[in-house]
Amino acid sequence: MKKTILGLLCIVALGAATLSTNGYQVGDTAEDFSLMGVDDQEHSMSDYEDAKGFVVIFTCNHCPYSVAYEDRIIALHAKFGDDYPVIAINPNDPVSYPSDNFENMKARAEEKGFKFDYLFDDGQQVFPKFGATKTPHVFLLDKDLKVQYIGAIDNSTEESDVSKTYLADAIESLREGETLKVTSTKAIGCGIKVAKH
Amino acid sequence: MKWLLLPVILGFSIGTVQTNTVKVYDKFSEFESDYLLNPSSDTTYVINFWATWCAPCVKELPYFEQLRAAHKDKPFKVLLVSLDFKSKVESSVIPLIAKKEIESEVVVLADGKASEWIDLVDSTWSGAIPATLVMKNSKRYFYEKSYESYKELEEDILKSK
Repeated sequence: MKKTILGLLCIVALGAATLSTNGYQVGDTAEDFSLMGVDDQEHSMSDYEDAKGFVVIFTCNHCPYSVAYEDRIIALHAKFGDDYPVIAINPNDPVSYPSDNFENMKARAEEKGFKFDYLFDDGQQVFPKFGATKTPHVFLLDKDLKVQYIGAIDNSTEESDVSKTYLADAIESLREGETLKVTSTKAIGCGIKVAKH
Repeated sequence: MKWLLLPVILGFSIGTVQTNTVKVYDKFSEFESDYLLNPSSDTTYVINFWATWCAPCVKELPYFEQLRAAHKDKPFKVLLVSLDFKSKVESSVIPLIAKKEIESEVVVLADGKASEWIDLVDSTWSGAIPATLVMKNSKRYFYEKSYESYKELEEDILKSK
């Protein structure tokens, strides 16, 4: 098993481009995970009994794009969190980016008052399954863990320029049982750093 | 003597100002029209997307400088497209260009609506940086990856034909 995992990581390390085709596509069913949160508890999607879906966001501390979106992520969780909680996952190798280590995750969550779970993809096993390539990178799932939307939070890193709220629109459509108008968008982000082996 | 010195000083300061500015594109369409559309068929273009805050991007910049130097007598162009925020151009981009002694052309693409232009660079690009576009013989090759060595970069350039 260890060898398989190592092999997988090597493939991942070969190029981020391969990731984008290897991960979940819209319509796929995501596998649940169990990851340590900044509250020192393990979290899985199955723990959220009242959730009607999940806003899984791969994000981190060091990336300016992630930082630029922090307040918007907090606002999304405040608005939709009862039904569609944000689950933030830091996928980065903490050796490459010490500011993304678990202690610094705790500090950032405390500083910003995150009300959502901020989990650490320790060992980097989860982000390749999703096919996340960068931070921030969003995956909206329904309650059956079926992927409904992949991509950006909105259409501008500068909050004052936002004219399309892709993620909020997708959550609202999902909540109303409507067909999603946009299921996939793109944004610039920080490439996820894989640990060297 | 004073009068003689003045033009020298003026000329010098103008020169300094020119090397300390980079062109900032607010609209992708303008950047696209200046660099991506209608490339010369005899020229190889290597266009790297980076940012000062992106550690693997900064690490690989010297390889792109080396590439430019190795092809300086050929129809070969290296363009470094910074995706830094506009507010960071003076404080981060320009000092880094000076510090790393970068001679390749650098422009800043500050169009924040990336969801509308990422596919126009390459449809396979997820949006992660660093990423490199090679244009050769009216064909495009796209590499969403970071380079750990000059050799790795050179191999991809040789492969793009």
